[in-house]
Amino acid sequence: MEKIICECGHENPVGTKICGRCGRPLTEEEKQKKILDMRYDGIAIRSKTHNKSIIDKIWNFFSSVKVGITLIILNLIAASIGTILPQEFYVSVSTDAEKAKYYEDMYGAFGTLYYNLGLSDLYSSWWFQILVGMLAVSIIVASIDRGLPLHKSLKNQRVKRHQSFMKRQRVFAEGAPAAEQGKTLDLVEQKMKAMKYKVRREGNALMAEKNRFARYGPYINHVGLIVFLGAVMLRLLPGFYIDESMWLREGELRAVPGMEGYFIHNDEFILETYDNEPQGEQLKQGVNVMAKNYQTNVTLYKQQEGDLPGQTDNLEVVDTFEIKVNSPLKHEGYAMYQMDYGLNELKTMKFALTNKASGDSLGELTIDLANPETEYVLSDNTRVEIVSYLPDFSGFEEGVPQTASPTPNNPAFIFRMYTPEKPEGETSFVAIQQTLEPLGENAYKMSFQGVETRNMSGLTIRKDKTIPFLFIGGMIFMLGVAIGSYWAHRRLWVEELPDGTIRLAAHTNKNWFGMKKELDAVTAFAHLPAYVDQAETEKEENKKEGDNTL
Amino acid sequence: MDKKKKRSITRGIILALLAVAIGYTVYTTITKDKVDVLKVGAEAPDFELVDLNGEMHRLSEYKGQGVLLNFWGTWCEPCKREFPAIERQYKSFETQGVHVLAVNIAQSDFEVKNYVKSMNMTFPVTIDKTKSVMNAYNVTNLPATILINKEGKIEKIVTGEMTEAQIAAHMESIKPE
Repeated sequence: MEKIICECGHENPVGTKICGRCGRPLTEEEKQKKILDMRYDGIAIRSKTHNKSIIDKIWNFFSSVKVGITLIILNLIAASIGTILPQEFYVSVSTDAEKAKYYEDMYGAFGTLYYNLGLSDLYSSWWFQILVGMLAVSIIVASIDRGLPLHKSLKNQRVKRHQSFMKRQRVFAEGAPAAEQGKTLDLVEQKMKAMKYKVRREGNALMAEKNRFARYGPYINHVGLIVFLGAVMLRLLPGFYIDESMWLREGELRAVPGMEGYFIHNDEFILETYDNEPQGEQLKQGVNVMAKNYQTNVTLYKQQEGDLPGQTDNLEVVDTFEIKVNSPLKHEGYAMYQMDYGLNELKTMKFALTNKASGDSLGELTIDLANPETEYVLSDNTRVEIVSYLPDFSGFEEGVPQTASPTPNNPAFIFRMYTPEKPEGETSFVAIQQTLEPLGENAYKMSFQGVETRNMSGLTIRKDKTIPFLFIGGMIFMLGVAIGSYWAHRRLWVEELPDGTIRLAAHTNKNWFGMKKELDAVTAFAHLPAYVDQAETEKEENKKEGDNTL
Repeated sequence: MDKKKKRSITRGIILALLAVAIGYTVYTTITKDKVDVLKVGAEAPDFELVDLNGEMHRLSEYKGQGVLLNFWGTWCEPCKREFPAIERQYKSFETQGVHVLAVNIAQSDFEVKNYVKSMNMTFPVTIDKTKSVMNAYNVTNLPATILINKEGKIEKIVTGEMTEAQIAAHMESIKPE
């Protein structure tokens, strides 16, 4: 690799704008400038130093600020497109056909387009992930590319800088001290130390510096961002992130999805409403009843150590919980939220075995729809046998009744009724609002008496081990922002020339006003020559030129 | 020259690591819905269920033999269509060390017994009352068939209906030598 050798003899990597040792401008461009570009202290940005192999080309692509900004904008656009319509995640239908229909029904042609373009599941699309990933690469590469050389350069700063460096700083002064000649550097050191600068001296040169760490702010917040993105990625690893849902009917005991070895029993679901007269907003929006509380009382069970799925004989009660909205069950890092509910699902059905002619009842029977029995004995020679039970009767197929689901939405039975009158039995098909007597006219019927219902709770189980990492990432990010915005890296170079002239230059990465206040203080204290803000004179000159052209 | 080479290698490594991280992220999000924990070649989660005759079935006790594990429900039509074929293949493979274990998803004893009787199923049928085995096997759609080889590892996961030829081929694939 070629080097640029400065007049002072220091070897600088190609691309360096300002000599790392003495501060002489090295490029023609810098030499023409009145004020040096101090953004990265004139270091050679790594990516600009070689551009040869494919790896370097990729590296340089990601290192570019233009590419970085483009990626940020693309990410923002993509992320905001995803918020136009609700994502599939929030749509509570399961199959693709249902989803397509949902978007069409709710949002018309635009919804269909949105769904077909895959925008309804944008955040888990491969291209969005790649976009975020590329942004992460850009942040990492750009930070390495700029941060490391900047760190090196700041660490190896020379006290004495060349005249051409000093002259090209924004704040510059040259002249004889007004008083106490010969003691100037001591006075400057004393004052600067009082203002909490770190002062280094080398012969007749002095350098005072404070808050160098402020230069690391942007790199620290980049580290925070990367930790944050890494934590989001961590969610994909098994065991770090669980987000499962379940329906749990009152009285049911179920294994908790995502929570191995745990079982949950729904003791009761409670829905409370305000019993006020509708008023104000309530009337305007046509809301009759307002919910006060959604609550599921549950008992959490745990299997014994070493028990397998399916073994429920030795369950141990962990505790009972009241799960309410915003007050989840919390156990061992898991949280269980009240998310949804379903009211009044059929639980039991009550029938009376009655004589069709006389209307006399031979007795009643109650069928638990979740656990029907084969036979219900009413007396010595009267009993009812269930031949078939269809919880969600959907019609006949080749004469056989079918069920569409295991849920008792539309229960139907085939009963065989044994009575003293008909000891050989009579067969009856009973569904809601429908009775068939397939084997001929019966003397008895199962007359419907009533139902009991039960409610069900929709629960969501969550565990997120990535939260501490997200938090740490966020904190690092904020720390970086604070460091970068509240502190300014200030430097002052002073040189006492052999003839007693004082030459000084100052630089800060932000807040020149504050820097100048400190400069004023040290100027007064050490009787320094008055400094000039060359950026302001430049501006004024430009203005004048502008005026002339008018 | 040497320094430059080193730098290229460092850069290459950093870029490669980042590419792998992104690749992994994209891959897992795309395949997330299909297979979660359960993978072909992995150890089949052990479980214990009682069949309709009161007999206990523990998967690990079948080690050394093949097991066709079938999750089903009475409302599931494809289940109904494939059962007669499973029954026939069960009869021919049972003596060759391939067993069939059917797991019903949390239905009542009455419904399951009635169904088994009407379908003339003779292989062991169990009911997963609490859905814990279903969760362990990450079953979301029925029918789901898991083929477990003699080492207790998952040989194949089939979601949806199988033809009789497929059933025979699957059972052949888990036949112990």
